[in-house]
Amino acid sequence: MSILFTIDSVTAGYEEKIVLRDVTMAVEENDFIGIIGPNGGGKTTLLKVILGLLQPLSGRVDYSPGNLKMNQIGYMPQVAQGDTLFPVTVEDVVLSGMMHNKGAMGRMSRSEKKRAAEVMDELGLTPMAHQALNELSGGQLQRVYLARAVSGSPRLLLLDEPATFVDSSFEADFYEKLRMLNGRMTIMMVSHDVGTISAWVKSFVCVSEKVFYHPHSKITQEDLRMYGCPIQLVTHGDVPHVVLHKHE
Amino acid sequence: MMENLFEYSFVVRSLLGALFASITAGLAGTYIVSKRLVFLSGGVTHASFGGIGLGYYLGMNPVVGAAVFGLGSALGMEYMSARGKMREDSAIGILWALGMAVGIIFIYLTPGYAPNLMSYLFGSILTVTDGDLIALGIISVVLIIYTALFYRTLLYISFDENYARTFTRHVDLFRYISVGLTGLAIVLNIRMAGVIMIIALLTIPANIVMLFTRRYLRIIVLSTVVSFVGISAGFAISWFTNLPTGATIVAVLVLFWLVARAIRSLQKSSNIDKLKKTTI
Repeated sequence: MSILFTIDSVTAGYEEKIVLRDVTMAVEENDFIGIIGPNGGGKTTLLKVILGLLQPLSGRVDYSPGNLKMNQIGYMPQVAQGDTLFPVTVEDVVLSGMMHNKGAMGRMSRSEKKRAAEVMDELGLTPMAHQALNELSGGQLQRVYLARAVSGSPRLLLLDEPATFVDSSFEADFYEKLRMLNGRMTIMMVSHDVGTISAWVKSFVCVSEKVFYHPHSKITQEDLRMYGCPIQLVTHGDVPHVVLHKHE
Repeated sequence: MMENLFEYSFVVRSLLGALFASITAGLAGTYIVSKRLVFLSGGVTHASFGGIGLGYYLGMNPVVGAAVFGLGSALGMEYMSARGKMREDSAIGILWALGMAVGIIFIYLTPGYAPNLMSYLFGSILTVTDGDLIALGIISVVLIIYTALFYRTLLYISFDENYARTFTRHVDLFRYISVGLTGLAIVLNIRMAGVIMIIALLTIPANIVMLFTRRYLRIIVLSTVVSFVGISAGFAISWFTNLPTGATIVAVLVLFWLVARAIRSLQKSSNIDKLKKTTI
């Protein structure tokens, strides 16, 4: 496995409040990392630092090991950020994932429209290509935002709580799509739902001011305690339940 | 002969005014309605009335005063709401009333004859000067060029600002330019449409078109057409009936809107009938 990028001693935060402290990690190519941790622990901040949306107070993200370019990072922010009543079609939203490669006066070429059509086809959105967002179900909307994130053919895909507002019946289908995409890109996904995603991710990162990398998809309460990661494991379905203990 | 000439130039002037107002209504109106800035636009319009009063008091062109107040309040509101440190609707309410109060105080203080307040409140094509028409023409052209050049960027910043930050560093710059141009477009329509009526011009055409399409560019083009038809019809009716122009235009546009809604609901129910038939 080769390294895609590294985070070197990054400290980051907002207005005097440090959220991430001296974080160092290396992300391997084609990994599928579940990012977990307590609320306010810095999960979204970590994504923003990697995206370049937030400048670290010290340290840096080094994209050179895998020669990763900024326009090769796809991003799916927490769903429900865009206004679904805004007059924009599914196709327009998917096309916006290709704005990274052009200036402010950029137009969409025929090949980019073709590329958007391919992505919509892959994610089952073709029948809704010209529909408005408020006509879609939660699961469809989620796939639209995923399509926007991957239409620019990224090498790194960052997802922030992609399943928050989605009916759980759509979840497996969504993670199946992610597994397919993982064949051609590295994925980092923030989630609260450790139990569900452990069936899909390859490794975990626990973010709680510090960052701990856990190189397997099996993670126990014991591991979390060792990392000082104050979250509770809640599992669903066939996965055996973990008895929770209160810990400092 | 002279009378014919006057009527002819009046008609040309009215149509030109209607055209420019429609272009600004199509471009700025689509932006305002999509981004839910209708209330903010109302605040900006009324705040600019303070500039009209000040202009009178200082003996300069009131539209210049209105433009300064309109631009200042639009940019100020955008700045304050971007910092998220206030209740936006309350601030708009305060600005709204303050602008009107300042305008009325200055007009009251102005010595000599009382200016025709009504024409600013309700609008009148009769008071529109060549300078007003030229200014409105310039802002129309600027809006068209701005939107055409940066169409995708503007669309995506309006739709999802946070995502747009991942592909452009200029989100804030574009927001300020958009709001500033919108503020100017609103203010320059005051003489014709009036402080009280202008909100109708900005909201009704875009809302009519949005009943039928969700494509941004189509909304811009079609709401320009709807505005032009509505304004021209309003002009004609007010010319023949001697009714106030601004109020007539609003009445016509609301009528269009009601008809459009009726058509839309008929379309929907016939679609449902079709679906029922195909499923049976």
